[in-house]
Amino acid sequence: MSTLMQELNDKALALGVPLSVQLDVTYRCNERCIHCYLDHDDHGEMTTAEMKSVLDELAEAGVFYLTLSGGEILMRMDFFEILAYARALMFSVKLKTNGFMIKEKQADRIRNLGVESVQISIYSHRPEVHDGITKLPGSLKRSVDAVRFLMSRGLKVIVANALMRQNMNDYAGVKALARELGAECTIDPTITPKMDGDESILALRIPDAKLQEVFRDSSLFGNVEEFCAPPAPVGDDVLDSLPCSAGHTACYISPYGDVYPCVQFPLPSGNVRKQKFLDIWRHSSQLNEVRSIRARDLNGCSGCGHVGTCTRCPGLAYMEGNMRGPSWADCEKSFARTGIPSPNMLARMAAGSAAPAFLPASFSLVQIQGLTA
Amino acid sequence: MKNPSINNPYIARSPMVAARLLGGEMMIMSAVDSTLFSLNEVATAIWQGADGATRLEEIVRQHVCPEFDVEPALATEDAEGFVAELAAHGVLLVSDQPISAPAPPRESP
Repeated sequence: MSTLMQELNDKALALGVPLSVQLDVTYRCNERCIHCYLDHDDHGEMTTAEMKSVLDELAEAGVFYLTLSGGEILMRMDFFEILAYARALMFSVKLKTNGFMIKEKQADRIRNLGVESVQISIYSHRPEVHDGITKLPGSLKRSVDAVRFLMSRGLKVIVANALMRQNMNDYAGVKALARELGAECTIDPTITPKMDGDESILALRIPDAKLQEVFRDSSLFGNVEEFCAPPAPVGDDVLDSLPCSAGHTACYISPYGDVYPCVQFPLPSGNVRKQKFLDIWRHSSQLNEVRSIRARDLNGCSGCGHVGTCTRCPGLAYMEGNMRGPSWADCEKSFARTGIPSPNMLARMAAGSAAPAFLPASFSLVQIQGLTA
Repeated sequence: MKNPSINNPYIARSPMVAARLLGGEMMIMSAVDSTLFSLNEVATAIWQGADGATRLEEIVRQHVCPEFDVEPALATEDAEGFVAELAAHGVLLVSDQPISAPAPPRESP
């Protein structure tokens, strides 16, 4: 994050301003990605007028960064009307899309509306893998075409590569494809439970050994020795820090008007169809509870050596049962990165839960504690 | 980065930027190069006065001098540099003619 961006973030935090909001305009989608956490039926999306009203409220609240996502944003017939309205309110708009419906005309419209960036999901450079994940034949070609159309109009495009078992060996190919297209590329191994709590898709997470391999790829993380180094001791500044921006300077609004701390943190905090956004933002007991949590309050985390470097997601922790507790998925990531298990992992192992497959059988608790001491 | 070609120009806010007031200071992102700016209170006053129908010196006289207790000549000199920098990033439009009210982004037909 640039210094200026950090300053603005700090200022927004001090002023209680929601600097960033993700608004999902629909959960409907033309793809059926096997790892998707959404239910794609329409259970009563906000109307065009309601969307515009929400955007007015967000502008009034001081929101600067607006991400429009879904579902597939272009499934809404009024999408460009919503986008134009958002840009007229001078939000910095980022779009997340699969790109399937972006042809030259749509790319022109997006460019003319002054969108900051467009993120397009690409799972593999191989059609059989990408289309196998999206369940939509021809989808890789259409997504790649969309990247080309947008890039040729001078737009910033980010290729988002979600890693799962089906495509875990293809991220280098996706990176090369993005480079060839002139786009940026992000890679994310996070698979989250469905919003209704169904955890069946977690089986798609890449195996721990592969996660270790990914974390040791210098083309992704630069200085691997530094990235995978054992965590340094932390001070009060870390223990008093905020877990993440969710609920502090950022939040998420669903197509039905439900407000959550983050798209990955399904704690219902209010609904903009029933209350003004600012009332929810300022007074929701759920958001205020999220805001009250500091790293030192986290059960099983505050005393963990990883607390200063862990990517612990409060939303994942919430979905795992306790927003003040650890996120098992992130414990695994810290372990895959550093080779040092967290106290939470040890506790689960002691309780008989499955340990990561790459943890050697001879790796006794005494040895592990010795390493973390 | 002073633009010597236009003396006392008309200035207008570009519709192709993102902008929001945060604690009395305007934050702006250029759609041309994604550069992020944070304007101080004086620059924010000039930005807000940039309606395309008013020349820079008049904006400075109306919005800056009374509010910030500064001499017009000095304030205008500073403002010219600020305007040239923002114009270079496509954040402000500059012309020797009045600029029609900058329309917010609309869809092309």
